[in-house]
Parts: sequence; structure tokens; C-alpha cells
Amino acid sequence: MAGTWVFVEQRDGNIRKVTYEMLSKAKSFGDEVSAVVIGNNVEGLAPEFAKYGADKVYVVEGDVFANYNTGAYVAQLAAMINEFSPNAVLFAHTFNGRDLASRLAQKLEAGLATDAINAEISAGKGVFTRAIYAGKALSKVEVTTSPVLATIRAGVFELAEAAGAGAVVKPAIAATDADVYQTVKDFVVTVSSRPELNEAEVVVSGGRGCKGPEGIKVVEQLADLLGAALGGSRASIDSGWLGHELQVGQTGKVVNPNLYVACGISGAIQHLAGMSSSKFIAAINTDTEAPIFNVADFGVVGDLFKVVPLLCDELKK
Amino acid sequence: MKVLVCVKQTFDTEAKIELKDGKISDAGINLIINPYDEVAVEGAIQLKEKNIATEVVVVSAGSDKAMDTIRTALAMGADRGILVKQDSAADEYQRAVALAEAIKAENPDLILAGHVAADDGSSQVPTRVAEILGLPNVNVITNIEIAGGKATCTSEADGGTQVTEVSIPAVISSQVSWNEPRYPSMKGIMQAKKKPVATVDAAAADAKVKIIELALPAAKTAGIKIEEDPDVAAVKLGDWMKNTVKVEVK
Repeated sequence: MAGTWVFVEQRDGNIRKVTYEMLSKAKSFGDEVSAVVIGNNVEGLAPEFAKYGADKVYVVEGDVFANYNTGAYVAQLAAMINEFSPNAVLFAHTFNGRDLASRLAQKLEAGLATDAINAEISAGKGVFTRAIYAGKALSKVEVTTSPVLATIRAGVFELAEAAGAGAVVKPAIAATDADVYQTVKDFVVTVSSRPELNEAEVVVSGGRGCKGPEGIKVVEQLADLLGAALGGSRASIDSGWLGHELQVGQTGKVVNPNLYVACGISGAIQHLAGMSSSKFIAAINTDTEAPIFNVADFGVVGDLFKVVPLLCDELKK
Repeated sequence: MKVLVCVKQTFDTEAKIELKDGKISDAGINLIINPYDEVAVEGAIQLKEKNIATEVVVVSAGSDKAMDTIRTALAMGADRGILVKQDSAADEYQRAVALAEAIKAENPDLILAGHVAADDGSSQVPTRVAEILGLPNVNVITNIEIAGGKATCTSEADGGTQVTEVSIPAVISSQVSWNEPRYPSMKGIMQAKKKPVATVDAAAADAKVKIIELALPAAKTAGIKIEEDPDVAAVKLGDWMKNTVKVEVK
């Protein structure tokens, strides 16, 4: 059996950090680690994976793979799995990763653990911890089929550089244009100077206490000072102050940054579910009874319109 | 055009989770239609209102309790329902097999579902159903247009927004920001009681994933809480960010 495979999440050659996090974790299983990169003009990326311990890099290139599309990627991976028989294949829990892994799992009639926050793989056995109910409970599951398939949440595994041979392997191309059933008509890249919510080191969020777009502006200043991602509670999304893609909580995104700053957020259980695994939590709220203070490492009872600008001044010193 | 919507019954997102005998307790929990599926139901009803869809069928795999969720969708405006009786402990594979079997018998032109369930958060089942049925799939959509045997979907993508075209029938999963689901009217609730709901048994399938243990995360404890003048509070909070969290200031 051919160890653990990590499917590389990349777009136009930009590799997502979670790829390296998965390689680092896979290395700890003590078995052979391979990166699998599919796209167009991606061979040049191979040395990057060797830095995080990849013994092999499977490089698959072709026009049919230029844009991510479920059909061609599933056909290619299924053929490669049949040929090389990896013990386990790890994917990032991104939109593409979960789409690809789900469809592949069904094609292989295999089990799949999605959004795993821990992974133990040994002797072909895969056990994963999943946060269910958006983190209100933890479920430890075993995938009982082979290969073991999982999608991994960004930011849960430490990066660990390790020299790997990074030997490039070029498997046979198994997908054709006939496998493509989605036509991508347009892709609009979200232009933002801020990092993405689920990969950010720091997240600054605004809630009902922002009272409107002006309050969000105040929160944004703090976010930019900290190089943080901007988020919001359901109140600020439902009010139209922020787009849904920025919602943190059970019906939005689950984040686990080093620091989460909740501004004017009371801390409804559905919001807490999305952020309470953050390493440090700071909260600013006028209501001393707000539930957010029950999870905050540092709480300030006060008006965000006054405290946040002063905090920005203090941080600039 | 017949539209079929998969709906799952889940816990209210405001519910506090507790364990009893190693299992998640549903005592006193308000059960709701999965919010992502609710959006799919609304999307289907809007297609009917635009005279694109002629019939909206809802399918739910679950226990007898899931009948309430089907009735909710019927009260919103769906035409009829199918309850696929299945143990609530079924894994994603078993659930997908059961739903696909029921869908096959209906032969719909479009299959909608939420892209993820608010309980197990797996986001696998719609895509698995598409694979079983051999149909195209598009996930996490925020808009759909149907014309000329094609569905053009706008969806949330990694790092952007994508527009994807697929031929129908297809399995399309919704993001919550697609629309604002309506509340069932009193008339709708009354009518829902008379709408037909068929009950079928789930197709047999072996589980592919085994739950070893359920646990609650370590409770986060409250730390420092200060109530001081804003300038004093800001200095203390800034000091904590710099020295304890060790933030980098840009």
C-alpha cells in the first residue's frame, strides 16, 4: 500500500496553506507521503511539497484539468487510486475539496469523514475527529473502507517543514473532455486586501452593536490594523451590513484563528458554535450580561464606538 | 418540470447539545427543517411561481418524526412528500443510497438540497446522490436560472464567485444566502395536512463510517472582564493583545 496522499488545493498555481498542514500531519503517520497535484502547468510546484516532507509528487497536467471540475478530477483520481492503492487520501475541506471527495467517495463506494479536526492513520485504519453541530459536539469516527478518505479543516494542524524526496511521478491521464459536465461560464475572484475567514490568524467580527455600516467601518479599521479577516454575527448579515460569506456561526463559517475579536456581539449559541475554538477571544460589548463574556479571555464592558478607535490608537503605539 | 427537494430534519440551531448514555440527547430539542434545505424548498417554490416548475416534491430520509419536516415544506407550498423511513444513525452513504432510490422512482427534472446539514455538517449527501444517479452536480448555489434544458448556477466558490452551467436533470445544492424562505401561512398549514405523503422503506446499504465516540468540547471558561473608562479599557485590552496574544500590528 502506498501511504497517505494529500490532494493539493491550488488555483492558478497559488497553493492553499492547508495543503502544507495536511502534508505535515501526514508525515507524522510514519508512512510514505505523497502530494497529488492536478491542473495545468503545475509541475513547477512540486519542490514546494518536498519541503513539507512529500516523498512523491504525483503530477497530473492537461487542458481538461485547467479549471477545477468535478467530473474530470474524480475520473482521474479514481483511476490513480485503483492503480496505486494509497492507504488514505486527504483533501482540504474547501468547497472544491468537499465536492471532489464526496463524489469520489461515492464512486468508490467508500466512507468519507468531512471537516475533520484531527486525524490518526495507522495500518490502513483511519480515525478522525469531526466537529458536529458546528462544534457543539465532537464525533470520533472510523472510516471502515479503503482507501480512507477525509477532508481536513484549515488551521488545525501545525506546519512542520521536513525534507522529502519529492520524486515526481506522472500517472496516465484517465480523464477526457467527455468526463466534464460542468461548464464554468465565469469566475469572479473576490478582491479583498484581507485574508479569508477560515485561514486567518486573526478574525475581527462585528454584530448588532455596530448599529449599521458606520459601526462596521469602525470594526474594519481594527481588522486592517491586525491584518485580520472581517466577520460578522447573523444580526449584521441579516441587516445587510455584511455579505453572507462573512457570517461566523452555525449557518455560516466556523473559524479557529489565534485571536477572535467580537465587537458588539452578544454571543448567541449559534454564533459561539462558529468561533469558540479560537485560541484567544476578546469581546467588547455594552451589556455586562452578554454570553460572549462567558467564553472571552479578555472582555471589555463598553461601547465599541469608543473602545475600538482608542484600541487602534493604543495598538499603533 | 418536476422539481424534487431533499430535506432533513435537524435540531434548532439555537439548541444546546447534551449527551445521554454516550449519545446526543434530543430531549426537549425543537426539531426544524435544516436551514439549508429550507432555502432549497423556497427556491423550488419560486421556480413553480415563475411557471418553470410544475410540481415540487419533497423527500426526507429519517424517522417518523421527519414527517413534521415534510409537512413544513408542504405548508410552504410544496405539492407532495415522500418519507423514506431510515434509522437516524444512517451514515452519508446509506442516506445517499436511500434518497437516490426514492428519487429514481420519481424521475425528476431537477433535484435540489441544502449543501450541508446543520447537524452533522457533512456536506456529502447531495453530491453522493448525483454520483449514484449519474447526474451533474453543482454545490453551494446562490442563484439558479433554468432555460433550454440547462441550469445556470451562481455559487460561492473558494476565493470567489462562480457561474456554472450544467444540463438538467442535475443535483444542485443551496447556500443559505440564495433566498429568504417564507413562513408557512395559516392557509398553507391547513392545506399541508391534506397533501399526499407516501412512506417507503430505505434501500438497504452497509455503513462505511462508524462512530466510535461522541463527546462535548472542553468548556471555554470566562477570563478577565473589565468595566472601566474607554481609554483605560483600550490600553488594557491593547496591552493584552500585544503581550499575551502577541499580535502583529500592520
